[in-house]
Amino acid sequence: MLQAHDIGWSAGGRRIVDGVTLDILPGETFGVVGPNGSGKSSLLRLLSGLLPCAEGHVSLDGQRLTHLSRRDIAQRIAFVEQMADTSEALSVRDAVELGRTPWLSALKPFGADDTAIVSEALAAVEMTRMQDRRWATLSGGERQRVHIARALAQRPQLLMLDEPTNHLDIHHQLTLLRLISRLPVTVVMALHDLNQAMACDRLGVMDAGRLVACGPPGEVLTPERLAAVFRVHATSLRDPADNALLFRFHCLEDC
Amino acid sequence: MIAPAFRVLRPVSGWSVAGALILAAALLAGVSLGETPFGFVMVLKVLANNLWGAGYSVDPIDAGILWSYRLPRTLVAAACGAGLALSGVVLQALVRNALADPYLLGVSAGAGTGAVAVTVMGLGAGMIGMSAGAFAGAALSFALVVLLARAAGGGSAQLVLAGIAGSQLFNALTSFLITKSANAEQARGIMYWLLGNLSGVRWPDVTLAVPAAGGGLVICLCLVRAMDAFAFGTSSAASLGIAVRRVQIALIGATTLMTAAMVSLVGSIGFVGLVIPHAMRFLVGPRHGRLVPASALAGAVFLIGADITSRVLIPGQVVPIGVVTALVGAPGFALILIRNRRRV
Repeated sequence: MLQAHDIGWSAGGRRIVDGVTLDILPGETFGVVGPNGSGKSSLLRLLSGLLPCAEGHVSLDGQRLTHLSRRDIAQRIAFVEQMADTSEALSVRDAVELGRTPWLSALKPFGADDTAIVSEALAAVEMTRMQDRRWATLSGGERQRVHIARALAQRPQLLMLDEPTNHLDIHHQLTLLRLISRLPVTVVMALHDLNQAMACDRLGVMDAGRLVACGPPGEVLTPERLAAVFRVHATSLRDPADNALLFRFHCLEDC
Repeated sequence: MIAPAFRVLRPVSGWSVAGALILAAALLAGVSLGETPFGFVMVLKVLANNLWGAGYSVDPIDAGILWSYRLPRTLVAAACGAGLALSGVVLQALVRNALADPYLLGVSAGAGTGAVAVTVMGLGAGMIGMSAGAFAGAALSFALVVLLARAAGGGSAQLVLAGIAGSQLFNALTSFLITKSANAEQARGIMYWLLGNLSGVRWPDVTLAVPAAGGGLVICLCLVRAMDAFAFGTSSAASLGIAVRRVQIALIGATTLMTAAMVSLVGSIGFVGLVIPHAMRFLVGPRHGRLVPASALAGAVFLIGADITSRVLIPGQVVPIGVVTALVGAPGFALILIRNRRRV
């Protein structure tokens, strides 16, 4: 549903994203992994049209993003940034209602159906009981859940998340990922934790702006590639509880 | 077509009737109170005489004061208050800084420099020339302040610091222009005007101030959702479907126009744009659908009140209105600083 054709972007004379070609399939959960500064965030911003492609183009269901208005894109793609914050005294419900923005106009004001969609989004992230709380009183995990509810209230076909589990404790990381995996939408997310990335349908590995591998996690995250891209030595283990594959990492220098 | 329109208007109508009544009461008070107070009946008679030639018998001198001086002055005060408060709301939403207002960000100072430059150098013709000069000055100073803030790293604190630098620079330029080019009489007049002064306001000024404030209000009302969407920053606004650049240009253009019009008419009046939006956030919440009309109304009422105060504070003398707003505004500003600190 979302296709990137040889897209590139530079900043300060440095290639941040370099010749990436990618095809996101409807319904899949696509993970983007890579070391710090490999271009994960920039790739997501290019894919969502928030950054204009300097080279190549992105198309959504066959239409180029540059030919669509921001409003058209926002009705189909929702983007959750890393730790977006506000000093406004918004309530949780106010923040989630912002998600309806691309669907409203002067002739179509906020109505009963919008209220229902917002309530549903709040329920999906288990924040209904906290809907009247002020933004400033929320913890990092609660804020991230509100951002996801806001994105859900956009009723997107495609949800993009930039390191959604960053700064969250392990409980909130796991509940958030479970929540995302159960959503009935296509998901593209940047992740840092490679064990969490194993749960995605497909993974793209970024290294110095280039997409160096793309495919099912088991095929993509090989010990050789982990050594080359992430500069770690990995041993894989089987969890006796469910036979799932896990990585344990060591410094290359120690091996 | 009618049903959705009704759905849009219904919740709005009750509040707008209340707002119109409050505004009318404030205007009436502004016209009747002053050094020579007039009774409400007298005010209504004069209004009726002038608006539809009702032909009540009134003292022609009193009627003249009321119709030619008090009423335009009060209307301009209302328009200026609304315009400045709206400018504050817009700037605070766009730059996401609680301290943003046209005065602090150097927009007023730039408008002052532009207006003075036109006056002392004799450019343009009369009111239009001065307003155009003020607009050019306001746009230039705001652009400089934003560029300086970007160059300094683009943070919220940098913007306020750049605004202070810009204000100082343009105030100094204004003083320089006055010293260099103005004669003694011009200089006194300009200094008095710069402190904020409604004494010289006549009917032609109303025809600039009221459309400027009204137009600004309409633009802001059309973009209330966009201003809401800026709460989490520009890229969040873009991901919510806001055409960020277009909205920024429309809103900053409206703000600069309103500020320039107001400064060219009544000089630089501080703190209205800062204190009124914060007070209204406290009363009606941070959502712009309510904040924009509430701030416009409160700004108008506040400046009418400040104008009345400036006329009756010292018998026989008019205190510059900028002095009155600063006397109220500075403590209000202190309260905002303290409240913000507590929130962090």
